[in-house]
Amino acid sequence: MIRWLALMILLALPAHGEEVLADLSQNRVSITANFDGSEILIFGAVKRETPIPRDGGQLEVLITVAGPSVPVTVRRKAKWNGLIWINTEAVEVDSAPSFYKVATSGPFNEVLKDTEDLRHKVSIERAIRSVGAPMTVADAASFTDALIRIRKHENLYQEQPNAVIVNEQTLFRTSVALPSNLTEGNYTARIFLTRDGRVVDVHETVIYVQKVGLERFLYNLAHERPLVYGILSLVIAISAGWTASAVFRYLRS
Amino acid sequence: MQIYLPIAEVSVNAFLLLGLGGIVGVLSGMFGVGGGFLMTPLLFFIGIPPAVAVATEANQIVASSFSGVLAHFRRKTVDLRMGLVLLVGGLAGAAVGVQLFAALRAIGQVDLLVKLCYVVFLGVIGALMFVESLNAIRKSRGAGGALPQRKKHNWIHALPFKMKFRTSGLYISVIPPLLVGVAVGVLAAIMGVGGGFIMVPAMIYLLGMPTKVVVGTSLFQIIFVTGFTTLMHATTNYTVDMMLAVLLLIGGVVGAQIGARIGVLLKAEQLRILLAVMVLAVCGKLAFDLLVMPSELYNLGTGGGHG
Repeated sequence: MIRWLALMILLALPAHGEEVLADLSQNRVSITANFDGSEILIFGAVKRETPIPRDGGQLEVLITVAGPSVPVTVRRKAKWNGLIWINTEAVEVDSAPSFYKVATSGPFNEVLKDTEDLRHKVSIERAIRSVGAPMTVADAASFTDALIRIRKHENLYQEQPNAVIVNEQTLFRTSVALPSNLTEGNYTARIFLTRDGRVVDVHETVIYVQKVGLERFLYNLAHERPLVYGILSLVIAISAGWTASAVFRYLRS
Repeated sequence: MQIYLPIAEVSVNAFLLLGLGGIVGVLSGMFGVGGGFLMTPLLFFIGIPPAVAVATEANQIVASSFSGVLAHFRRKTVDLRMGLVLLVGGLAGAAVGVQLFAALRAIGQVDLLVKLCYVVFLGVIGALMFVESLNAIRKSRGAGGALPQRKKHNWIHALPFKMKFRTSGLYISVIPPLLVGVAVGVLAAIMGVGGGFIMVPAMIYLLGMPTKVVVGTSLFQIIFVTGFTTLMHATTNYTVDMMLAVLLLIGGVVGAQIGARIGVLLKAEQLRILLAVMVLAVCGKLAFDLLVMPSELYNLGTGGGHG
């Protein structure tokens, strides 16, 4: 009986018998009219039944936060007739997260092996999926590179080595700064526990990012009832024009 | 104070937008122009997506021209009949322009088209205005030279479908006003401008309308063309940002009234030369961006069938 129980526990626990428990300071981000970015604290602990293993390497933590993935068209400019710069070639990237952040407790290559990265799609390059570029484009890879470069520049893609603080191989935390140019959707946060570059355990949780209040109302109206929205825009414009004229005529007299 | 724009999906400073609206409003009040040709490029510079900037600016022009046309109605300087003819052409032009805009947006060339239109029109208008006001200043310094004679009869009077325009005191064919209307309508849709800066010279020099009814009539038809453009952009491209429009037009309508006061204090030639320099500066900046190798050769758009 006891032997059975021990086996059960052994099977239930992942290798090394370490599990990750994590939570977020908030799992709901509201984009209000005065939304100016938001900071989320991701923290947690390593749960284990046995003492910290001595043989394995250092315990490392890797945290990713990904926005909803959508297709993106990347266009490249080229000089047209030696005169002006215009968009010429385009590559469709099948799926790229609107926001992506990787924070690690050490240098990325040491925290995660390449094979594990391939399996779990952790690094920015792997999180983007680009299946086929048109035959006319020779260097499709440079388009994906450009996508990453542009989004990094806009702070939408962030790579932060040494940004996760691990205490006593048990407690960890990091903060994720969500920029003000955020789009709405469900964001996934993944917390990886690694030893010797191998994933020991993964925990996944969702952050809901939504436009609320006036933002929600206007966005829905614009897309669901575009005619009403357009007429409303005109009514506002006409009444503002009339009010300004009336007020200043009153002030003059 | 940061404001998140629901359609543009960017966060911008509300005071910056109010200020921009105010400054452009002051200028438009001073010079008697819609200000769209200045505001739209400024919106590009602060990072509003061009498609949103163009559509939203059309909405803002509705407000400023409505404010302006009320004053002209009181002074009875609106030729309604001419306005309606221009309007028929304008609506047709705007419908074509919005479709063209949507098609080019799909193949990723809309930024180019908008910017090229700006460079060409701002360059031409700015240069003409600069030369004209320079001449005027020179003339006012020297002895008052002979005024240029306006031709009373040209090829325009030979066209069929003549119509009487009583307020303008004209009896001409409806074809030229219709064509002017179409041209301005297309420009309004593509550039997010009222087109007053093209309409006004065309009415004076091409149609031979008296100057006193030109501005009012132009404003009258601009309201409808930009209003129609706004509706078309809202229903085909979903690019009208109401939040952005409201911030801009609050600044704009107040600025326009202040600008009108300042304009009275300055000499007309000085005003025009200042405006010409400003127009040329905006044109120069846009041309520079097109001609010089961009620091980032790549740009992103939403993927297939997504919008």
